[in-house]
Amino acid sequence: MPSTPEKAPPRAASPLTRAQKSELLYWLKLNRALETRLANLFKQGKVSGGLYRSLGQEAISVGSAYALGPDDWYAPVIRNMGTCLVRGIQPGILISQYMARSIPVGGRDNALHFGFLDKGMVSTISPLGGLVSVMAGVALAFKIRGEKRVALTYSGDGQTSTGAWHEGVNFAGALSLPFVLIVENNGWAYSTPVTRQTRVRRLSDKAQAYGIAGETVDGNDVMAVYDASRRAIERAREGGGPTLLEAVTFRRLGHSEHDDARKYVPAEMFEEWEKKDPIDRFERHVTETRVMTRQEIDQLEARIETELDQAQSWAEAVPPPDPAGLTRGVFAED
Amino acid sequence: MAVMTYLEAIRQGMWEEMEKDDRVYILGEDIGAYGGAFKVTAGFLDRFGADRVIDTPISEAAIVGAAMGSALNGMRPIAEMQFIDFIACAFDQLTNMVSSTRWRWGASVPMVVRGPCGGGVHGGPFHSQNVEAYFFHTPGLKIVEPATAYDAKGLIKAAIRDDDPVLYFEHKFLYRRIKEDVPDGDYTVPLGKAALRREGGDATIVTYGAMVHTALEAAAMLETDGVQVEVIDLRSLVPLDEEAILTSVAKTSKVVVLHEDQRRGGIGGEIAAIISEKAFEHLDGPIVRVASLDTPVPYSAVLEEAFRPNAGKVVAAVKDLVRY
Repeated sequence: MPSTPEKAPPRAASPLTRAQKSELLYWLKLNRALETRLANLFKQGKVSGGLYRSLGQEAISVGSAYALGPDDWYAPVIRNMGTCLVRGIQPGILISQYMARSIPVGGRDNALHFGFLDKGMVSTISPLGGLVSVMAGVALAFKIRGEKRVALTYSGDGQTSTGAWHEGVNFAGALSLPFVLIVENNGWAYSTPVTRQTRVRRLSDKAQAYGIAGETVDGNDVMAVYDASRRAIERAREGGGPTLLEAVTFRRLGHSEHDDARKYVPAEMFEEWEKKDPIDRFERHVTETRVMTRQEIDQLEARIETELDQAQSWAEAVPPPDPAGLTRGVFAED
Repeated sequence: MAVMTYLEAIRQGMWEEMEKDDRVYILGEDIGAYGGAFKVTAGFLDRFGADRVIDTPISEAAIVGAAMGSALNGMRPIAEMQFIDFIACAFDQLTNMVSSTRWRWGASVPMVVRGPCGGGVHGGPFHSQNVEAYFFHTPGLKIVEPATAYDAKGLIKAAIRDDDPVLYFEHKFLYRRIKEDVPDGDYTVPLGKAALRREGGDATIVTYGAMVHTALEAAAMLETDGVQVEVIDLRSLVPLDEEAILTSVAKTSKVVVLHEDQRRGGIGGEIAAIISEKAFEHLDGPIVRVASLDTPVPYSAVLEEAFRPNAGKVVAAVKDLVRY
């Protein structure tokens, strides 16, 4: 069962400016509003297949993506829509993708299974673990070319049980690659609690086994996630090798939209973690420190709804894929 | 021109590509200071340095995964499997990740995975396998298997330059047994083009890899009995040169598909189906497969001889077919 770290690691004062904090709040709220909208589209039967939400986990995607440099590469996994948004993927693209329309990947694969090489975004796939070494390979290319750039990806707590995950982390460590792995420990891999994945209680302890830096951070504190990610990214950039950064959080919904987690997760955990909501928490910080007023936040929310209305209209106008093109693109010559 | 072995030809092909293109690099187990288990990469570390000749942990899944990541990011990796049997440890990476990438989201994955395949050297169940059938089924992977030193060099260069993932299976029995004149300098053997190794009108043997030599040996024996056999060396399995196969079948009307891989589910079945669908009216007998037995690869020399195809078995199959 995940809990916030007993002892928070020493933290320098947040380097975030007021303007940056306003931006972070925008991304957090955009992330949640977009997923809420997708959940409504799912109920209307407009989302094709599964919908995998990050309710209560948005601070991890947003805080880590915000710490990346413009030339760094990343690969989201299934609950990192916020990462994509921060890195410039337009909400309309994400809606169109979840509706299996012809943009961005011709309806060929679902959810966040897409990428844009020109934006340094690599696609994940469903079998877990393999992405770790792929992103280590992205980092290897940076290292071979002597470029001060970093590759970052994510894993859930469940993924840490796979052999491929181990091989990827070990490989990145052995070759001292500029690589950051954020382990998003939300306590549940589908219906299996993290206690049944491993006897290790703090997943960042696994870093010791690979001789790399490890840290656990409160995944519901966007500023803490940003700070820790920034440290890890800069360490990697300066030749200090990989970091395994565990962000502790909680999955407040089912694995996917069809799945009712209340059938297997103790009820009190939902109450406990709702109180720790990362967006409410950051909003309190932002108002208490007078970064934004309540009125400005209301305006921000209204602006986001307008943006998403436009994004949805755009996505609904994207045509479905044409089966005539199905066999194209298996090989370069097709 | 220089006389060189099949192994030296692979080495020279990689060496030339690495000299020509900074994006090309090699990674694998024991390939650097040691020069590889079979010494294919001997001398590479001294010439190209540790940034481009990368000794890795024993991690086939990570080797293939990292090769892919670097390929997405502008490199042209050549990943070595110490024995091709161990490619099974990277099966998920190849069949789910690497192969699907271009089709799923349009990203090019220009990488080569190469390693020694095949038996005849008493390597036992885990150092003798032929693994092409597992990957032949998977959309998105190209597969080549040279039989000659000329092709070994030309195909590795073509594989490295290709914009798709290419599995390059090199037969360890041929490494030092095949020696021939190989041109100095640059040439490629295009992927997807078979070679006609011998002409004949009585039957066609469709084969590849080490079995090309077995087929030629059988053809020489059959000639003394007055049977003229045509031998097609596929060279590439994906893409497959269907035209070369069908042209020969139209000429001879009788065909044996020969491979060293086990019979059941081997690519001989697919080739037979293609011939049946596209050249049925030309056939004058059943399409016959000669392949290894459906057991793991045995260790003992007498068992392995019983397990694998050899010239005698091919001669018997062709004679039966010609009499049909």
